[in-house]
Amino acid sequence: MDEEIFKLSPLQLDALREIGNVGAGNAATALSQILNKRIDMTVPQISVLPLGEVPEVVGGADAMVAGVYLRVYGPAPSSILFLLPRDSAFYLVDMLMGRAHGSTVQLNEMDESALMEIGNILSGAYLNALSHFTKLTLLPSIPALAMDMAGAILSVILIQLGQVGDHALVIETEFSSDNDGVKGHFFLIPDPGSLGTIMAAIGVKE
Amino acid sequence: MSQLIKVGMADYKVGRSPDSLITYGLGSCIGIALFDAVAKIGGLSHIMLPDSQQARSSDNPAKFADTALPLMVEEMIRMGAVRNRLRAKIAGGAQMFTFANATEIMRVGERNGEAVRATLKKMDIALVAADTGGNYGRTVELKLDSGLFRIKTIDKGEKEI
Repeated sequence: MDEEIFKLSPLQLDALREIGNVGAGNAATALSQILNKRIDMTVPQISVLPLGEVPEVVGGADAMVAGVYLRVYGPAPSSILFLLPRDSAFYLVDMLMGRAHGSTVQLNEMDESALMEIGNILSGAYLNALSHFTKLTLLPSIPALAMDMAGAILSVILIQLGQVGDHALVIETEFSSDNDGVKGHFFLIPDPGSLGTIMAAIGVKE
Repeated sequence: MSQLIKVGMADYKVGRSPDSLITYGLGSCIGIALFDAVAKIGGLSHIMLPDSQQARSSDNPAKFADTALPLMVEEMIRMGAVRNRLRAKIAGGAQMFTFANATEIMRVGERNGEAVRATLKKMDIALVAADTGGNYGRTVELKLDSGLFRIKTIDKGEKEI
């Protein structure tokens, strides 16, 4: 896996970034429509990180976050993780449920379901872009939600990658809605071997 | 002044009293604390995977239970710890997400727990306390002045084993 990551050319990284850009753009638009608010997003960062450093991206291994996790099935299996700092998750739920800003302090079953649905919609929008560029049929699993330490949540994905290497290729976008202080990180982490399939499918060889 | 020594994922660190060793945000990974109560020397390992045999890559031995522990023990002995005085405490091995059709990979926490117990047994190191399983993350700290292993969680409180 490490070899597969390190031999990526600048052109291939650009291609990945562009896919990430369109994918995240779709996702931000979807989120903006649901919330009826302006959503800003950063240009996707493509990083190759030692596994242990991935949690630093979201504020450290002990940062409190909500994570929506989906598996991507098809020819290029991957993992999708939508991570929000705990407060952001609460604010997002406030908006979705039409409650006053800051009123959610704990998630009930309905709130959890709403957060998972957001993960579902974002992933669908993102995967549409990826499918469009690659002509690969990529399908998301149903989402799963956890509210815990970032390191603990990320370990689920990092362990899979750890079986074949010591580095992760992370395609990450940050969403934010300024007025409400909502921030989120969207990660797409291809399984070992999937990166080659994606690269071959978009036809960027070197 | 006692120091708090941070141990990253797929890494291990050793130290002596009055310092402490800490690793943050264990999910399916396992934190393995070894301690020599006489010399007050200890080590903390944050392993990700059960064993190096099934893996296709073993670049970093600190990633696997079966390769990390012998290296950590060796380093502790070099610092003055005595092999047969070592006792182990472990925590972690959670399953963070629940899917209806849980695949083998989702059970990695449980397998990690089993593998660590087997490795300790093979190395003839007594496991004196454990807090594994569940569906929540843990931050663990080994206090080298006492050998106490403090486990912090978000919703399940804090305890010392």
